[in-house]
Amino acid sequence: MAETSWLSEIPQLSRGELRDIRKGLDGIYRDFSREYGETIEALFDPLLAFLVWFEKLLLATPWFLVIAVIAALAWMASRSWKLVLGVVVSFFMIGYFGMWDDTMRTMSIILVCTMMAIALGVPIGIAMARSDRIQSTVTPMLDIMQTMPAFVYLIPVVMLLGIGKIPGVIAVIIYAIPPVIRLTNLGIRLVDKDVLEAATAYGASPIQRLMGVQLPLAMPTIMAGINQTIMMALSMVVIASMIGVKGLGQPVLKSITNQYFTLGLLNGLAIVALAIIFDRVSQAYAKRSQQHMEGLDNG
Amino acid sequence: MAEAAKEAETLIRIEGLYKLFGNNPQKHMPLVHQGKSKDEILAATGHTLGLKDINMTINKGEIFVIMGLSGSGKSTLIRHFNRLIDPTEGVIEVEGTDVMQLGEKSLQNFRRHKMSMVFQRFGLLPHKTVVDNVAYGLSIQGVSKSEGLDKAKEWLETVGLAGYEDQYPAQLSGGQQQRVGLARALCTDAEILLMDEAFSALDPLIRSEMQDQLIELQEKLHKTIIFITHDLDEALRIGDRIAILKDGEMVQQGEPEDILLNPATDYVEAFVRDVNRARALTVETVMKDPAYRITADTIEEALKQMKGFKEDYGYYINDEGYQGVVTEEALQEAYDEDNNAEMTAECCEDLDPISPDAVLETVIPDTLESEYSLPVVDDDGQMTGRLSRSTLAEVLGNEEKPDAEEQQKAS
Ligand SMILES: Nc1ncnc2c1ncn2[C@@H]1O[C@H](COP(=O)(O)OP(=O)(O)OP(=O)(O)O)[C@@H](O)[C@H]1O
Ligand SMILES: [Mg+2]
Repeated sequence: MAETSWLSEIPQLSRGELRDIRKGLDGIYRDFSREYGETIEALFDPLLAFLVWFEKLLLATPWFLVIAVIAALAWMASRSWKLVLGVVVSFFMIGYFGMWDDTMRTMSIILVCTMMAIALGVPIGIAMARSDRIQSTVTPMLDIMQTMPAFVYLIPVVMLLGIGKIPGVIAVIIYAIPPVIRLTNLGIRLVDKDVLEAATAYGASPIQRLMGVQLPLAMPTIMAGINQTIMMALSMVVIASMIGVKGLGQPVLKSITNQYFTLGLLNGLAIVALAIIFDRVSQAYAKRSQQHMEGLDNG
Repeated sequence: MAEAAKEAETLIRIEGLYKLFGNNPQKHMPLVHQGKSKDEILAATGHTLGLKDINMTINKGEIFVIMGLSGSGKSTLIRHFNRLIDPTEGVIEVEGTDVMQLGEKSLQNFRRHKMSMVFQRFGLLPHKTVVDNVAYGLSIQGVSKSEGLDKAKEWLETVGLAGYEDQYPAQLSGGQQQRVGLARALCTDAEILLMDEAFSALDPLIRSEMQDQLIELQEKLHKTIIFITHDLDEALRIGDRIAILKDGEMVQQGEPEDILLNPATDYVEAFVRDVNRARALTVETVMKDPAYRITADTIEEALKQMKGFKEDYGYYINDEGYQGVVTEEALQEAYDEDNNAEMTAECCEDLDPISPDAVLETVIPDTLESEYSLPVVDDDGQMTGRLSRSTLAEVLGNEEKPDAEEQQKAS
């Protein structure tokens, strides 16, 4: 019996062994978080302070001023009256339906997460573009980050840092950073070899090539990555609210547990509105800043 | 020419240069040394033989032209000069420094100050304006922005693109982009200019204008120019020396006349067949020795000299140089009149000499009309050669029309 059973059944660890492994790993990680949890939390203190300050700023500013600033940004980025009008109306409706404060909280966390994702993701993408070895080690990690269910990596983060804003930010960044890394890498690798060669021939140093040729020419692709990162960060706000991130996600969560359909729909629509606004404004900006490269603007 | 060559100093020296493209070129180099052909090597190993045993020297201040059909390795060769491509084997020396030994920093400096390059596919920076593109080399060197832009504007004007400063490359035509590339190369003031088919995107009018400008520039600034072209007429027009590549091998190098008059292989001959020789060659390159010179002081001696000639005329030359042509008949007459007479220019007929630097095309009518071979006389009045109808026919003669040639020779 014992010799033939592996044919019909997959060989398996015994229950006891499995439990021991789980216990062992969990124990090690728990010890680690007890030991270093506070130190690591302290590392994030400046980020937390900034996050709190930014949220307070958005909440304390009068609503019309916030709308005016956002409308002005949208205008500078897109030069399109239609878009600006859409932005103003959307924000007004959000406020009208009583979601202003949650929207401001969500916006603050999204902006901070996006800035962090860019600050981390672009250098990683650059490193990947420079070395095939780095690319082949980072790519599987990105695959894991994108496919691993968010709840799974929330567990160690919460174990380490508890519930609150910082673990939320970390979870959002882990989930949203892959596009900006991938597309930075891709964009730099796709830069026209002839142009890069010309820069080399004139004696450009690696830094001069990166700043003067590779990054500017990869910018449309990088912008597309940033755009996707923003979208993914927004889609993460509901899950992040499960570990105590305040914002539009919490009412959604509440309406799931209590079956409040309208409340869920309204907050969901507010998230969609934010997503569309961020998307259109950033795309319009990217397009406008790249126009001359296609020679469309013959003015 | 010969004197110039003697005092010329070598600027670039290439020795035993091989380039094998592929993943593991070192492993397959033995095949190359065994003399396998490019196609055989590609079939056997998947490696492309880019260059094979290239040896050449380029002198300071000359325009060196590299020619060859598409895929013959011209671009590959020129990229070795500033090490955009590293050779598989061989030596590249510029001003006595082995370029292969340069570290990263010195290589950067070398590229910034010694050489600049015009690219076959332009290689302009699409996100910078035209004037910023032209100033690119200077900005890399760390020259201040305003100084760079001033210089860039000057060069843009020189290449005929004033007013386009603030356009982007994508807004210009191919020929205009080519000229931006040229201005960018000239703007850095580098001593060596590498030009990879720099004029191929230009229309004939601007093209010949740019060729003139290049020659003028070279005379004024004494740059050393390495110039790639498909066009033999262009090569002959601007080149001091020409090298011809075929499948990565150097099949011939030499002065333009050499290549035209003594093609080394059928390949070169096919190359030069369609050239308008009358326009490409100068008198100096085809003229015969300055024979039939009458240098006597008296008519009597002159007659004696004349007796030794094959022809019944000669060119009278005194201390002041060439005076004219004199026939045996005229000499005899003068002798009969007075057999002690001094030899003077009065016995001579006027026959306008031609200059050694004249292009053949311009002297064809005179040569054909004249009864005598035309004397070639340099700026100092010295006779350096003569040009006969038969020489002209031989040089310009077409293989297709042997009859016409014979007739001309016979007449
Ligand atoms: N990076 C490369 N990898 C592999 N093979 C190459 C590479 N660059 C050039 N080659 C090969 O080397 C040969 C010479 O190419 P090269 O570009 O020097 O030709 P060329 O004489 O400049 O032609 P053209 O007149 O069309 O510009 C070609 O057979 C080409 O396939
Ligand atoms: Mg080429």
